[in-house]
Amino acid sequence: MSDLGTFLAMGGYAGFVWPAYGVAFAALGGLAAYSWRRYRAGVVALERLQQQRGKRR
Amino acid sequence: MINWLANPARFMRLSATTLRWCSWAAVVVITVGLFWSLVVAPPDYQQGDTVRIMYVHVPAAWMALSIYLFMAVASAVALVWRHPLAEVAARAAAPVGATFTFVCLATGSLWGRPMWGAWWVWDARLTSVLVLFFLYLGYVALVNAFDDPSRGGRAGAVLALVGVVNLPIIKFSVDWWNTLHQPASVMRVDGPSIAISMLAPLLIMAVGFTLLFAVLLMLRMRTALNERKAMALRLNAGVAAPRQAEHEGAVSAHTAIS
Repeated sequence: MSDLGTFLAMGGYAGFVWPAYGVAFAALGGLAAYSWRRYRAGVVALERLQQQRGKRR
Repeated sequence: MINWLANPARFMRLSATTLRWCSWAAVVVITVGLFWSLVVAPPDYQQGDTVRIMYVHVPAAWMALSIYLFMAVASAVALVWRHPLAEVAARAAAPVGATFTFVCLATGSLWGRPMWGAWWVWDARLTSVLVLFFLYLGYVALVNAFDDPSRGGRAGAVLALVGVVNLPIIKFSVDWWNTLHQPASVMRVDGPSIAISMLAPLLIMAVGFTLLFAVLLMLRMRTALNERKAMALRLNAGVAAPRQAEHEGAVSAHTAIS
């Protein structure tokens, strides 16, 4: 437990090290999640359009 | 290779599998890199554990510069050869580059506060990277400001090319001016001046970030191509639908008569 404690304390710099990793994770993860959701939405919209076109023929 | 990839249908087929493999590779490499930078790597004898910020800050800075270079090369290819995928690639890369630049600035600020005693200084390196961030934002705003996407793409390509002048300024700012930011310690003519125990996680994270860029680039390019295809289908349907209704009307009139 104290091992985990010293790890989390980061030699007294916990207030700088963890936010730095947090910001990087939030920004890059957020962009990845947003890009993925937009990609899925695009795929679904395209499939629906292609189905409509198929029906009309 | 570039000409071979000029076919969007071929790109869609090829990127589907590449995307899957690169995603897994990115997750694995970044996980290993994080473990190495947070647990395995030793604290610095002067900077203590704040040196761990370097393993995100420096690879993010490398990405910020190389993605801009990628965007500028893609823009040049789009302007000169009208390569159909180059403009799509440049547009897809810009928000990713902006995010890496933001990460570089934010982590640098969090490193500067305990080591320099300031969140921000108007030092040549920091200022030129801030200009890079605004160039990315300006590019994204410009390409989306036109109703006609091809005109927006061309205007953006010119901005991306003009902005290249900032890249050598960033790279050599630490040598040309007397700045607070330290000079290069990895990409030096006489080889890296950093201990292997710290160089290893740095390079692993750099590989991980490059893979992440490849994943996001392909994903965003695929999104753009799908959206373009959907737009074409919608336009086609808009033209075809009235004619079809006319045709159906004629048929029903005919059956009514008979």
